[in-house]
Amino acid sequence: MEKMRVLLVDDEIEFVSALAERLNLRGFDTATATSGEEALQKVAASPPHVVLLDMLMPGMNGLEVLTRIKRDHPEIKVILLTGRGSWDGIQGIREGAYDCLMKPIQIEELMQIMAGAVEGSKEERPGEGE
Amino acid sequence: MLTWLRRFFGSLRELPDYAESPQRYKVLRRNIIILMLLVTLVPLFLMGLINHYLYQQTMQDEIVKPLKVLVNKTRHSFEVFLAERLSAVSFIASSHTCEELANEQNLSRIFTAMKKEFTGVVDLGFLDPSGVQVSYDGPYKLQGKDYTEQDWYKETRVRGSYISDVFLGYRKLPHIVMAVERSITGAGSCLGCVLRATIDTNRFTEFIASMRLDPSSDAFLLNKSGVFQTPSKFYGQVLETFPLPLPPLSYEPNVLDIKDNHGKEIMLTYVYFESLPFILMVTKPRSLVMQSWYTLKNEALIVFLVGVVVIFLVIFKLVDKVVKRLEESDQRREAAYREMQETSKLASIGRLAAGVAHEINNPLAIINEKAGLIKDLAEFTPDFSQKEKILPLTGAILQSVDRCRTITQRLLGFARRMDVSIQMLSLNEVIEEVLGFLEKEAMHRNVELRLSLAPDLPRIASDRGQLQQVFLNILNNAFDAVQDGGRVTITSFEADVDTVGVTIEDNGQGMSQETMAHIFEPFFTTKKGYGTGLGLSITYGIVKKLGGDIKIKSQLGVGTTFTVFLPKKASALAGE
Repeated sequence: MEKMRVLLVDDEIEFVSALAERLNLRGFDTATATSGEEALQKVAASPPHVVLLDMLMPGMNGLEVLTRIKRDHPEIKVILLTGRGSWDGIQGIREGAYDCLMKPIQIEELMQIMAGAVEGSKEERPGEGE
Repeated sequence: MLTWLRRFFGSLRELPDYAESPQRYKVLRRNIIILMLLVTLVPLFLMGLINHYLYQQTMQDEIVKPLKVLVNKTRHSFEVFLAERLSAVSFIASSHTCEELANEQNLSRIFTAMKKEFTGVVDLGFLDPSGVQVSYDGPYKLQGKDYTEQDWYKETRVRGSYISDVFLGYRKLPHIVMAVERSITGAGSCLGCVLRATIDTNRFTEFIASMRLDPSSDAFLLNKSGVFQTPSKFYGQVLETFPLPLPPLSYEPNVLDIKDNHGKEIMLTYVYFESLPFILMVTKPRSLVMQSWYTLKNEALIVFLVGVVVIFLVIFKLVDKVVKRLEESDQRREAAYREMQETSKLASIGRLAAGVAHEINNPLAIINEKAGLIKDLAEFTPDFSQKEKILPLTGAILQSVDRCRTITQRLLGFARRMDVSIQMLSLNEVIEEVLGFLEKEAMHRNVELRLSLAPDLPRIASDRGQLQQVFLNILNNAFDAVQDGGRVTITSFEADVDTVGVTIEDNGQGMSQETMAHIFEPFFTTKKGYGTGLGLSITYGIVKKLGGDIKIKSQLGVGTTFTVFLPKKASALAGE
């Protein structure tokens, strides 16, 4: 089975590197980006299954990145990360995000949500799992 | 005076700062009362005084004037009476010769004619130049008497004619004498002869009686040395001395208010005779004179006093009512202001909390992931030598991070805008749902839960989730407050037409006044070590948002009662 590709986007390099390694250990194919622009480039180059996207970044913020990704690749599941409370998340979900997690995240919760996201995408697009 | 007034009005407009209520309202009440009393009573007093004096004047004039007229008239009667008789004597003296007058028979004839014309004449006598009465007609035996030593004779020889005071004389009866010296020259040795007549003083008494005075009044004639010429009812008999000092000389009737020898207030009306040595006096008791005045004065005084009392009562009541209303409205305004301050304080603290939470969450996320990675490495590496040491360490770190997460999320929860979703719900149901969470704890700790839910409690329009949080927070506090085996009582009731209420009462440790004052402030906690100090402030914020209110009663060592009031329809604040 193909490894699930995850793109981690956060301006905090220490956070993304550690989380990426943890996801790798759990069998994900992980890529990282530390800004909105870099994230969009990487999505264009190799579209991931799931994007973990921080809402608050310098330059292009999470919501903008989210709308661009959703415009170009509506099939990609975007899970928002926020340190600021659920209001941000609610806005993001309106814009098409799959879910929203409060930082600091709990890895077990993230695993569950990602599993749910992949299930959903399989249901939506049957036969795309080759 | 002006500056004082200005200050006074200033104090009505702006109350001094030092005057905190209720002192402030006392000052205000006092000032308004003083001002209103001044404004109403001063004109009333002035008018009363003016009226008093005017009335007194009028009354006095009305009483005094007729009295003066009467006295004057009576004096005139006396004067005319005496003058007539004196001129009659004078006429007889000059129209007859000495020989004729010295003749007893002639004199007797003249006297008889005279008595017919002039009443009050008692006798008539003729004295030769040596002062011996040579002829006499009258009821007494006075012929041959020598009058040279008598005052009236001497006066007559000096003045030519004379009217005496009342005296006793040879007859030992009070009478007055009028005498005329014959002054016609020629006709022999007639020079120095004197014709005299005696006047009965009873006539005087008749004049006095004709004044028709009331029984408590008195009238009498005095001579100029204060000796009674007619008897007085109250002050002495004829020829006794008037017991009071004589009034100042006045030929016009005059009135004096004096105290008599019996200590009685009297009004003395008197007049001096111009050509005779007499004073006519009338006394009236003042009380009698002024009786109608006193009656009027008393009536006016009663009206005045009743008026003053009514003014006092009305002003006091009115000012009291107005100031009370003012005080109440001030209090309401102050309460509203305080509430607004509290709300804005909460809002700004909320914003601050959100910022802080966010700033903390990012580094916390890094710690979380790093520690998580260490843990993962230890777990996923098959023969990691320090596994037993590392796993508890990272577990502790992750637990601490989790605790911080709880705090920051509550902070954010406190700050976040509430998405209120209003639905019709039963408050009793909400309470029962919440109690579901707490039943286990109650069982473990043997806490008695008493439920007294009103069965017919109306359903209300409110937010179920928010209310759950409210009651969970309050019940958590109640459970924290009671000892094991304690008691928590929950009562729901309909407070009024628009409001329902829930009371949560515990028999726990209670709170001090100090704690109560801060109970709803964010970050205020008594649960040192494990409380965030946000529970009740969030609770308060929610209830306020739903248009309700929370009241607390607490007593140290006795317990605490929270009462939550909720509108049957959540107010416009909700969903803001």
